[in-house]
Amino acid sequence: MNLDRREFLNLLSLAGAAGLLPGCGGDKGVAPGSESGAGLYDVLPEGDVRLLHITDTHAQLMPIYFREPSVNLGFHDALGRPPHVTGDNFLKHFQIAPGSQLAHAFTYLDFPTAAERYGKVGGFAYLKTLIDQLRGSFGSEKTLLLDGGDTWQGSGTSLWTRGKDMVGACNLLGVDIMTGHWEFTYRDSEVLENIAEFNGEFLAQNIKVKEDALFDGAPAYDEDSGHAFKPYTVKTMGGRRVAVIGQAFPYTPVANPSRFIPDWTFGINDIDMQELVDQVRATESPDAVIVLSHNGMDVDLKMASRVSGIDAILGGHTHDGVPRPIEVNNPGGVTLVTNAGSNGKFVGVLDLSFGDSGISSYRYKLLPVFANLLAEDKTMSAYIDSVRAPYQQQLAEPLAVAGELLYRRGNFNGTFDQLICDALRKVNDAEISFSPGFRWGTSVLPGQTITMEHVLDQTCITYPETYARDMTGSDIKAILEDVGDNLFNPDPYYQQGGDMVRVGGLNYRFDPLAAMSKRVTDMTLDSGEAIEANKSYRVAGWATVGSQSPGEPIWDTVATYLRDVKIANVEKRNTPVLVNGTDNPGFFE
Amino acid sequence: MTAATAKLVGKRVVNRRYFLTKLSQGAACLAAVASFPHLVFAQWSEAAFGAKELEKAIAERYPELTIEDSDAITLKVPAIAENGAVVPVTVKTDMADVSSISLFVEKNPTPLSASFYLTPGSVAEVSVRLRMGETSNLVALVEAGGKLYRAQQEVKVTIGGCGG
Repeated sequence: MNLDRREFLNLLSLAGAAGLLPGCGGDKGVAPGSESGAGLYDVLPEGDVRLLHITDTHAQLMPIYFREPSVNLGFHDALGRPPHVTGDNFLKHFQIAPGSQLAHAFTYLDFPTAAERYGKVGGFAYLKTLIDQLRGSFGSEKTLLLDGGDTWQGSGTSLWTRGKDMVGACNLLGVDIMTGHWEFTYRDSEVLENIAEFNGEFLAQNIKVKEDALFDGAPAYDEDSGHAFKPYTVKTMGGRRVAVIGQAFPYTPVANPSRFIPDWTFGINDIDMQELVDQVRATESPDAVIVLSHNGMDVDLKMASRVSGIDAILGGHTHDGVPRPIEVNNPGGVTLVTNAGSNGKFVGVLDLSFGDSGISSYRYKLLPVFANLLAEDKTMSAYIDSVRAPYQQQLAEPLAVAGELLYRRGNFNGTFDQLICDALRKVNDAEISFSPGFRWGTSVLPGQTITMEHVLDQTCITYPETYARDMTGSDIKAILEDVGDNLFNPDPYYQQGGDMVRVGGLNYRFDPLAAMSKRVTDMTLDSGEAIEANKSYRVAGWATVGSQSPGEPIWDTVATYLRDVKIANVEKRNTPVLVNGTDNPGFFE
Repeated sequence: MTAATAKLVGKRVVNRRYFLTKLSQGAACLAAVASFPHLVFAQWSEAAFGAKELEKAIAERYPELTIEDSDAITLKVPAIAENGAVVPVTVKTDMADVSSISLFVEKNPTPLSASFYLTPGSVAEVSVRLRMGETSNLVALVEAGGKLYRAQQEVKVTIGGCGG
């Protein structure tokens, strides 16, 4: 965004005034107890083009509960900066009234009670109604719908249809442009097939076909540049030209199995991004340059500081529901960075107004999607019914009753993760268990029946196989250190955007501020016995990235355990003792 | 993928296969070698390539030159390697009179991994894939106009998994 100082100050003041959601009334949310969402979705038309943004819906076609994290630590430049503020600190930062509908949407506070009061969120039939309304009121010809990816994975039906149920749903929703991450956990041929069925455009500037694969005749969007997919597109909307560049998750072949997509190589590639932005600016005469990103918010913030010429980065991956964009300065001006949450819980609305030289002002709102406040779209709900019908019996199987709130999200542990870890230990007769720190996975309220669908929401991946094997104490420490560095490396470019590996039967102290290989200390078993470096321990886990594990899929393990316990309670949470971090603005427990 | 794209891809594949066929016939092999004469025939520096420490390797490869950090070198290398066995590295610069480019992996048993000699007038851009056993700093040195310039970046080799 090329602005002079006066324009920038003007824009800042606009952002301050405009970033708050409707219904906030500037300093307070909808009053506790008020069931009315009046005004929540009346986003008056303002500006020349409207960009609607959804991301990380994780194939949640139906409305769900999703608890935001209580622990989302940020250090160094990220200390106290969104998204690394949680709970009360979040409410204060964004001036949201405690107990309000918005407080419930954006924080974990009082979750079970507030969830009962305000009901489920998301669901594509409700998303469709809201998106149609936001489009219609502004003018469809001036509106774009962008999907940041992690759309084809996260539910039983998405796995069983290999993402096709979501391609159909996105076509009905009218997604214009998408990029991806978990999309690439299907086989490369399936990815290409799904993209061919997708009515919008799939963009990624940072996925290349490996040179040897090109040599062997692997398909590419552009063989000379090596781009596996179209890197950008330009849409003309109401006479304005908006360029959109795709940025897929840079570490897909590291964080997920590369064996499904052997020909493709990823990366942040911000040097390429700068070259592409310069090229687009020079050749396409765009009124705005937007990046649809799956980098994760901290990576986007760093990229925005290094790459000039991008007006806004609409981000996802880290599942951060952030009500206001962060304005990042770079040598070329200012770039807005947003993150639009997950699981279909939010729709981002970015309205841009243009002046003589590019964008003159913007307005951003992140609207929570409360199913109770929206009518369902009949076409979409009929489609969803048809997708689910063949699997209904399997999905609805009751397994146990939740004895407490079950959720995943958080830097170190979640109650549902603890159940998964407990199940792994029990079923495999292991001393220790590991479960990956994914950020998707819906929440189950106390007293709610846990169905097979809930378990699949937590576990549904294309590499679900379990293992039980012997590892030495030093192997175990190496794994914890490696994942810990992916989360807490001071440089965001070295972070992968997941949370810490969850553990069962293992306790440790963790210092996020220590250097790599120095963060984990005092490892003990639940018995209190110290872990010895050279001693072997039986460890169970799932989701191995390197090669396929031999055991049954994790959902079978968890289902077996739940059927057995009948009432699911977490007896002991193996959350590490934090050294540094308990006074962090992103920490509540 | 549109039909037009597929067609374009198909055509290119034929071209590459054709090129491969030519290579196998031998005629092109000579040409390929001839285009990198310095790479093939430059004097092998046992002391530099055999050195076990970064500082020693640099001192052996570039004796009597002091190093200056430079923003004029573009070092394209992943922050996190997808595969430590083949880490793609590209070094390029617009500096004048570049005579050599060398790459060092600090934690490798022998850090000096590649050294390119450039003839006058060459475009100073080299790409290579390096093996990295563990997380390490990667150092690129560019010799230009009798001076030595440096760009470096840490490349993390990780066990992976557990992402987002």
